[in-house]
Amino acid sequence: MFAKSIRKDHYGYYFIAPFFILFAIFGLYPILYSLYISFTNFDGITTPDFVGMGNYIAVLQDPLFYKTLFNTLFIWGVSVVPQLTVSLVLAFILNDKLLKGRDIFRAVYFFPNIVTAASLGLLVSLIFDWQSGGLNHFLVQVGLIDNPINWKNNPWFMRLIVSSILFFQYFGYSMVIYLAGLQGIDPALQEAAQMDGAKKKHIFIHIIVPMLRPIILFQMITSIIGGIQIFDQPFTLTNGSGGPDRAAMTSIMYLYNVAFQSTRFGYGAAIAFCLFIIIILLSVVSFMMTKRKSRA
Amino acid sequence: MQTVKPVEQQKVTLQQYDTVRRLTLGKVIIYLCLISLAVICIIPFYLMLIYSTHNNATIASTFTFLPGPFLLDNYTNMASKINIWRGFANSFFIAGTSTVLSLYIGSLTAYGFAKFKFKGRNWLFLFLLATMMVPGQLALIGMYRLFSTLGLLDSYAAIILPAAANAFNVFFIKQFMESSIPDEIIESARVDSAGEFRTFNQIVLPILGPAISALGIFTFIGSWNNFLTPLVLFFSLDKYPLPVLVALVQGYYGMDYGLLYLGVAISILPIIIVFAIFSRQIIGSVALGAVKG
Repeated sequence: MFAKSIRKDHYGYYFIAPFFILFAIFGLYPILYSLYISFTNFDGITTPDFVGMGNYIAVLQDPLFYKTLFNTLFIWGVSVVPQLTVSLVLAFILNDKLLKGRDIFRAVYFFPNIVTAASLGLLVSLIFDWQSGGLNHFLVQVGLIDNPINWKNNPWFMRLIVSSILFFQYFGYSMVIYLAGLQGIDPALQEAAQMDGAKKKHIFIHIIVPMLRPIILFQMITSIIGGIQIFDQPFTLTNGSGGPDRAAMTSIMYLYNVAFQSTRFGYGAAIAFCLFIIIILLSVVSFMMTKRKSRA
Repeated sequence: MQTVKPVEQQKVTLQQYDTVRRLTLGKVIIYLCLISLAVICIIPFYLMLIYSTHNNATIASTFTFLPGPFLLDNYTNMASKINIWRGFANSFFIAGTSTVLSLYIGSLTAYGFAKFKFKGRNWLFLFLLATMMVPGQLALIGMYRLFSTLGLLDSYAAIILPAAANAFNVFFIKQFMESSIPDEIIESARVDSAGEFRTFNQIVLPILGPAISALGIFTFIGSWNNFLTPLVLFFSLDKYPLPVLVALVQGYYGMDYGLLYLGVAISILPIIIVFAIFSRQIIGSVALGAVKG
C-alpha cells in the first residue's frame, strides 16, 4: 500500500497531453480535413459539393499528374543511387582512424545539407543562367565551348540539375548516418578479417555492407518519403515555372499549382493522397527487397 | 576495458605501419578524391559571395573568382527594393519560437513516455513514431482551410503552432532521457514531496540541457529553411521569412544579378555561421537520431 502511494503513473497523461492536443488540432485534423476535401470540389470560395471519387478518377486520368510523377521519380532515382553509394564508400573511408582531417571532411561534406534548399535552388539557377551565369563564362574562358549553352532550355538537363542539387545536399547527410551505423559494428570483426588477409575492398563488400543493411533500409525508406516531397529546389531553380515543358515540375509543385494557384483544393488534396499511397507502396517494396536480400 | 587497452594500441600501431608502407599511391588518390569533393561542396557558396560584390555588367560578361567593389551598391539597391532585414527578423522570430516551443513540449512528452508506465503508452508512442512517416503535404490543404476558418492565415501562429508538436524531437529526447536520467533522482524528488511538474522543470530539464541544445540548433535550422508552408500560408511581403522573400525577389528583379546573389548570400549566411560554430553538435545529433532508430 505504501509503495502504491509513490506511484504517479497517471501523471504521464498530463505530460504527453500538450503534444497530442497540438498534434490533434494542427496535424491530424488538417490531414483528415484534406481527406474530406479530396472528395469535394472545394475551390476556397463556394460551398464544397461532394463529388465522391471524382477527383481521384480525374487524377488517375491526368497526363500532367503522370508527367510530374515521372519527373519526381526520375529526379529522385538519379540522385538517390549515387547518393547512397558514394556516401557509403565515404563513410567507410572516413571511419578510418588513421585518416588525417576526418572531422574537417565530415563537416564540409555535411554542410550543404543544412543550407536553405530554396536559396540553393536559386543560386544554382543563377550559376546556370544562359547569359549571366558563371558556368558559361567559365567554360567559354577556358575554351571548352565557343558560345554560351542555354542549359535551362533542355528538359533532361533540368531534371539532371535538380538531381545533382539533391545529391549535393544529401550525400553528406547519408554519410553521417552510415558513419553512425559503422560505430555500432564491432571493430574486432574487421581486424579479424584483416588478420586473415582480407583486402579493404573485401571487408567493405562482405562485412560492412551486410552489417549496415538495416541502416541502408532506413535510408532508402526515408529517401523515398523525402524524394516524393521534392519542392523547394526545383521551384526556385525554375522560378516556379517547372522549367522547359514542365520537365522539372515535381508532383508537389503540381499540387501547389493546382491547389494554391488555381484554387482547385479538392483536386489538389486528391493528388496529395495519391502521392501518399505511392509513398507507402514504394516503402513496402523497398522493405521487402532488403528483407529478401538479407535471407539470401 | 582498462586491461584491453594496451593490446588495442599495439594493433593500431601495427596497422598504421602496414598502411603507411603499403598504400602510398592509393592513399594519394583517396586524399585527392576527398579534397576535390570538398572543393565542390564549397565552390557554389564561394561564387555566391564573390558575385554579390560585382555589378550586373561584370556578372553578365565575365567569369570571375575574385571579389569586386560593388557590395555596397548591391546592398543599397536591394535595400531600396525589399526589406530584407524584416525577412531576417521574421525568420528569426518564427524559428526561435517554434524551436523553444517544440523543445519544451517535446521534453514534456518524452518525459511522460520515458518515466511513467500508464495504460496505452506503447500504442501512443508507436502512433507518434508513425506520424513521422506521413508527409507534411497531406496536411497542407486542410491546414490552409483550418487557419482560414480560425482567421489565422498570414499570421505567425500558422507556422509556429503546427511546428510545436515535433515527433522527431520527442523521439530524440526520449532516447537521451532513458540513458541519462536515473529513476532514483525522480523518486528522491517525490520522497522530498516535490510536485511532478516541479520535478520536471527543476531537475529533469536542467539535466537535459546539453542534449536539448544540440537538438535545438538542428530544429532551428530546419525551421529557418522551411519554405513551402510559409509560401502557402502567408500573403503579405512583410511577413515572409527570409528564404521565401529571397525566392520571390527572383520573380520581381530577375535581371538584377548582384542583388539576387546578395539576397541568396544573406539568406544562407546565418546558416553558415551557425554551422561553423556548432558543426560537431549538429552532425552528432543527426547521427544519434538515426542510429537509435
